[in-house]
Amino acid sequence: MWNSPSEFFVMGGYALYVWSSFGACAVVLLLEPFVIRMRHKAVIRRLKQQVLAERFDKESRE
Amino acid sequence: MSKVNNFSTTNSHWINWFKWSSPSTFYPVAGKLIPVFWILTAIFGIAGLWVSFFVAPVDAVQGQGYRIIFVHVPVSWMSMLIYLVMAAWAGIGLIFNTRLSSMMAQALAPIGAWMAFLSLWTGAFWGKPMWGTWWVWDARLTSELILLFLYLGFIALQASIENPRRADKAGAILALVGAVNVPIIYFSVKWWNTLHQGASVSLTKAPAMAQTMLWGMLLMVLCFWMYTIAVSLMRVRTLILEREAHSDWVRQLNEVKQ
Repeated sequence: MWNSPSEFFVMGGYALYVWSSFGACAVVLLLEPFVIRMRHKAVIRRLKQQVLAERFDKESRE
Repeated sequence: MSKVNNFSTTNSHWINWFKWSSPSTFYPVAGKLIPVFWILTAIFGIAGLWVSFFVAPVDAVQGQGYRIIFVHVPVSWMSMLIYLVMAAWAGIGLIFNTRLSSMMAQALAPIGAWMAFLSLWTGAFWGKPMWGTWWVWDARLTSELILLFLYLGFIALQASIENPRRADKAGAILALVGAVNVPIIYFSVKWWNTLHQGASVSLTKAPAMAQTMLWGMLLMVLCFWMYTIAVSLMRVRTLILEREAHSDWVRQLNEVKQ
């Protein structure tokens, strides 16, 4: 169907529209799990600090 | 006597669904399911993109520009489907007072909002070359825009209420009332004579498109479906940790303890 890579990228003159649509979807769909992962790591870090702080509290009381 | 025994053994094979409604049992299960859904997303995504760009023939009227359909239709379907699932979870949370159901609703809202945004975005980039305009106040476009606002309203309302259980209840009512909009979007092209074309795929008649185009679209829909499940499971796990931070089982988790 495509005779050359450049023909593929030109998309029969619709390059701007086709690639803007697919590109926006790709950016959003890749960014979303990345952002969630960062948030998950931040929660784990905070929980670890809390657990550690509690342990120190207990040890200093003993 | 034997009858009674029989009953009790079959009974023990039933899945205890209420067990899974507890965040502490669901958290590790969700963690194991996430990679499965990512693999499925990749398989359907690669197959779908390959059919979209290398198998589906060029359109007689719209040339190569029609290929936007392979993302536009899946994101639009998902934006509506996610809303219905979100409203259902929110409703279950409201009726049975189950925390996890409300967390599922909360986890689905951002991904649904992104799908609605992408539906409008890809629609604009399709409308410009084919209709000559980025936007018209057509029934389908307007109702899809309202869907985006409903998602954003749900997120904003929940964020504005400090107590999470009260936030869940207020959000659930908004989500359930807003569900009226979904059939309006779906049937808008039938009820009003608008610029947006009619349904490409219908349950009652043969699809008005080439077989390979249909296959490409269905593969892309499956990819987005698996993606949504994977991402919402990831988000619900984060929400569980945030909300249950003070419970013992969270403190006992391996990733927290060490």
